[in-house]
Amino acid sequence: MNAGRPFHKRGIKNRTREALSGYLFILLWIIGFAVFTVVPLGQTLFYSLNQVTVSATGINLEFIQWQNYTRAFFTDPTFVGLLIEYIIETLVSLPIILIFSMIIALFLNLKFRFKGVFRTIFFLPVVITSGPVIQELVAQGATSVPGLTLSGTALEFIADLPRYLRNPIEYLLTSFILILWFSGVQILIYLSSLQKIDQSIYEAAAIDGASAWESFWKITLPSLSTTTLIVAVYTIITLSHFSENKVIKYIYGQTYAVGGGIGYSSAMSFLYFFVLVLLLAIVFLLMNYRAKKQYG
Amino acid sequence: MNQLKHFNLKSFLLGNRTRYGLIFNVLLYVLLIAIGFVYLYPLLFMFVTSMKSPADLLNPMVQWIPTEVYTGNYVKAYRVLDYPHTLASSIMISLIPSVIQTVVCSFVGYGLARYRFRGKNLIFILILATFIIPAQNTAIPQMLTYRKFGLLGNINALLLPAVMGQGYKSAIFILIFYQTFLSLPKVLEEAARLDGASDLKIFVKIALPAAIPSYIISIIFSTVWYWNETYLTVIFLEGGIQSLPMQLSKFVQAYENLYPPGTVNIFDRLNEAVKLSGTFLNILPLLLMYFVLQKWFVESIERTGVTGE
Repeated sequence: MNAGRPFHKRGIKNRTREALSGYLFILLWIIGFAVFTVVPLGQTLFYSLNQVTVSATGINLEFIQWQNYTRAFFTDPTFVGLLIEYIIETLVSLPIILIFSMIIALFLNLKFRFKGVFRTIFFLPVVITSGPVIQELVAQGATSVPGLTLSGTALEFIADLPRYLRNPIEYLLTSFILILWFSGVQILIYLSSLQKIDQSIYEAAAIDGASAWESFWKITLPSLSTTTLIVAVYTIITLSHFSENKVIKYIYGQTYAVGGGIGYSSAMSFLYFFVLVLLLAIVFLLMNYRAKKQYG
Repeated sequence: MNQLKHFNLKSFLLGNRTRYGLIFNVLLYVLLIAIGFVYLYPLLFMFVTSMKSPADLLNPMVQWIPTEVYTGNYVKAYRVLDYPHTLASSIMISLIPSVIQTVVCSFVGYGLARYRFRGKNLIFILILATFIIPAQNTAIPQMLTYRKFGLLGNINALLLPAVMGQGYKSAIFILIFYQTFLSLPKVLEEAARLDGASDLKIFVKIALPAAIPSYIISIIFSTVWYWNETYLTVIFLEGGIQSLPMQLSKFVQAYENLYPPGTVNIFDRLNEAVKLSGTFLNILPLLLMYFVLQKWFVESIERTGVTGE
């Protein structure tokens, strides 16, 4: 039906038609993004600049500029402490999860019997890690490493350490398994990129006399650098969004607290969001730099 | 005899180019079993403790093997959790949104993978942004809006975002479908287009059937994540729908309503065995689902390649 028209005109028309169809497919998402993300995000930002009181008739707003933010940062003793704790815990957990999931993925990439059984085991936590379940397990002391009960002197030694050193160590001791439990999806991501590495590279290296150890450092690890970045970002976001996260619980609690309110908790949400983005940016820049350096 | 002659002790122990040696194999299994045990420890601990009778709990000699098969804890936890009821609502609020979310995300993923249009990169950045923005930055205004329209405590509060492609962790599913459709051959779709089929028809008749594995994977993962989600469900559904994890988080309170502390004898007081029975009942449906569908769970992502660089 387009046959009679000049060629270039038909080309342009197809281009536009294609773009329109494409937009149609994602239209629902764009509207949803506006309604369920942009608007609420803007409202939360607006609330964070106000003193919000909820009454039977509706919401009363009183504009107070940055007071909610200054209060969270300078007056509230709990929030900043929790925020620092969250940063430390995330930075402690991140390398453990990265290394652990990479090692497990390397194991599961080998050929051996009963591989399926082990794969099932290591992926199991993804299915069951909900907030209340984790809370119960931590409360009953099921998440510390069995057999790793410390002797009295070691405990005293830890108790003598400065607070910011003591907290991460205690966190490690009490929730080590928990940290590992956050590795399920990461193991899968590593596995899938391990399987994408071309086997002929290994064969060529072996012919040139490289040992398995050398192949790992020279071939496997560099090929995983992009994946590691993705896994790191995924890990940070998952840890930060987890509903048992102390900062999130505190913000949630303050929403309904007498001295808190929606305005105050909104301000804290934004501060938390900002810290999360900052963490992501730091990790991204660090790892991206290293990845680039490795590739030359 | 000839074979024995060729038997090489060194290669048997250390392995050769085609086979791992015995030492390596033993080391591998020892390591995997050790890590596996540590990994499963919380679950074992939970299961064993939940089977202990009150007498066993107090007995320091009983560590790993209870003296009797005691199911009393489960009977109590079953009642406290209001199991049939909360189980049904949990299934409802996880399965329905995840099916809807999967279908909508497949649309979006298809649009991004198959069509050229301006602003695609921006869309990708925004999709990533929805993944990064914490729920509490958007939840309160949403909640207030839902309240205005009387949607609080109603499953629609979860369904509406899912219908608009903004369901829980939707970015991951969009990326899965983007990756899937990108890797599928285009030839059939182009042939159908030349035959005059509409875009929607091409999607439904050709692209969708080819992507069935991705649909199954998405629905499974989405169901699990919706099931385990408690932050949004508490804000949006509290007072209307009570899911299993929600009920678990107020286990103590619910227990004391059923068995008031002053009126029951010492053996019926709330103890950790009952709590862990409740926790176990909470994850039991997911465990069953996992063992039935585990092929999909584990082999899936390897095939769809979530990593999409």
